Amino acid sequence: MKAASMNAHQSLAIGRPIETLEAISPASAEPDAMVRFAGISKTYPAYRGKPGVNALQDIDFAIRRGSITGVIGRSGAGKSSLVRLINGLEKPTTGRVIVDGRDISALAGRELRLAQRSIGMIFQHFNLLSSRTAADNIALPLEIAGWTKTDIKARVTDLLALVGIADKHDRYPSELSGGQKQRVGIARALATRPSVLLSDEATSALDPQTTRAILDLLANINRELGVTIVLITHEMSVVRQLAKEVVVLDAGRVVESGHVADIFTHPRHPITQSFLAEVIGDSLPVSLASRIVSKQPAGGQAVIRIQVRGAGAGETVVARLARELGLDVALLSARIDEIGGQHVGSLTLGIPGGEDAVTRTLAWLSQDQFPAERLGYVA
Amino acid sequence: MSPELMNLIIQATFESLYMVGIAALLGTVFGLPLGVFLATSRKGELFAAPIVNRVLGIVVNATRSTPFIILVVAIIPFTRLVAGTSIGSTAAIVPLTIASTPFIARLVEAAIREVDGGLIETASSFGASPLQIVFKVLIPEALPGLLLALTLAVVSLLGYSAMVGAVGGGGLGDLGIRYGYQRFMPEMMLAVVVVLIALVQIVQSAGDYLARRVNRRLRHR
Repeated sequence: MKAASMNAHQSLAIGRPIETLEAISPASAEPDAMVRFAGISKTYPAYRGKPGVNALQDIDFAIRRGSITGVIGRSGAGKSSLVRLINGLEKPTTGRVIVDGRDISALAGRELRLAQRSIGMIFQHFNLLSSRTAADNIALPLEIAGWTKTDIKARVTDLLALVGIADKHDRYPSELSGGQKQRVGIARALATRPSVLLSDEATSALDPQTTRAILDLLANINRELGVTIVLITHEMSVVRQLAKEVVVLDAGRVVESGHVADIFTHPRHPITQSFLAEVIGDSLPVSLASRIVSKQPAGGQAVIRIQVRGAGAGETVVARLARELGLDVALLSARIDEIGGQHVGSLTLGIPGGEDAVTRTLAWLSQDQFPAERLGYVA
Repeated sequence: MSPELMNLIIQATFESLYMVGIAALLGTVFGLPLGVFLATSRKGELFAAPIVNRVLGIVVNATRSTPFIILVVAIIPFTRLVAGTSIGSTAAIVPLTIASTPFIARLVEAAIREVDGGLIETASSFGASPLQIVFKVLIPEALPGLLLALTLAVVSLLGYSAMVGAVGGGGLGDLGIRYGYQRFMPEMMLAVVVVLIALVQIVQSAGDYLARRVNRRLRHR
């Protein structure tokens, strides 16, 4: 305990957030890494009067082979730069990017182009060629890789079936829905049998139902083909549904990283907390919030909010509270969701009786490891 | 109208088509790569060469701002060198080509720049070389625009070709000036104008039709 607080103190002293030091596995300590960022920074130089931008700083982490890793951040956090370092579309200012054992940041020209064939990418706006049919769009990377016509034809047929649009073979992108276009994009990205699939906000232009279907497809592809998937997104729901591991980016730095369940049951950085709030909601229903007052009215209830974190947490808390303390606990509002198999959310309870009942409740809750706070009173 | 005059019109029409056709072809041969290069050679682009881009841009602008009739007479020595003569329809192809090349190049540049930059990034992401990007992405995606650009170039060349009478180039414009204007034959002038209008209509309709056929963007309209 003492050592931990010492560490925290030291890390604060050198001006880095605590999370950065604790949560990140050093690149060298991860033998099973598909992608490794080692000492990465990316600076865009000043150009035509615009000041330079430090897009990424001190990036050191690894993406496990065969994993689905979410990279989440607000716009401008450096997500796009980060993903473009993986397939060599951009070069780091300092550091190295190792993909499948090869330093992609050191490659150029023909060598880089060959390496890029083992890294697929899908895009927010699909980026299909309007002049080519679905099949011909999927064929494009194969043509570029120099496949024969016969091989291309067979591969394209398989890929269309894999993404579930075998009947759209001869359709042009303008004749396809958004979800179908992204399926073509996914098939195209997988055409050359890559080991990594990069997804740059691939579902951000789709409606929720289509998003779910596309994410399911990506999960299947990860399971069946073993392709490592890196999901760049600003949407918490995408990370929650698909990713097992997550990297939270803010202002060009990794602020937290690890298993989705761990990170989101115990979010430490404000950015992570705000992403979590998007899913579980941290605001009370308006009808309840408007009734809360700071002084207890006669015969009113104290309003207590309990944070629920962990597997099976919270399932019995209300019943036990009522039974063990003998209180007529009212359930005013509840929001519990599941992230990575862990329950995450909050319960808002009304506790009748005086100050004594509230004190006993809070003591009971803290004894049972439920973080709780008093929000006020309602009549 | 007498059969002789009819023959003159038919002959002049063929001369115009010959000059414009060959000049458009050569203008495309030179102008298409030049336009593609202009569209892809600024800083940070596919064939980044900002200085060459700037110099070519200036040359293109200079050629385009020289009035065509002045260009025709100014390059007579060059025309003689290339065509072996400085008079006649074949010689007239030289200035027509020189005038149409930068014009086509600018139109091509505009059409290529219309292609979504995301497509270049996409093709790069799966390891396409710059030339593969030009031939497999930029030109096919810009094709409707390129066809309309070429149509516009042909129509403009028909107008330019009226001026090459100054070096004995013949063609419809020349016929209209010499017979219709200088010999006071308004019916000849009218006939020439009618033929030119018909040619422009045909060229424009054909270009529009082809551009529409290759355009897959708005199929459902």
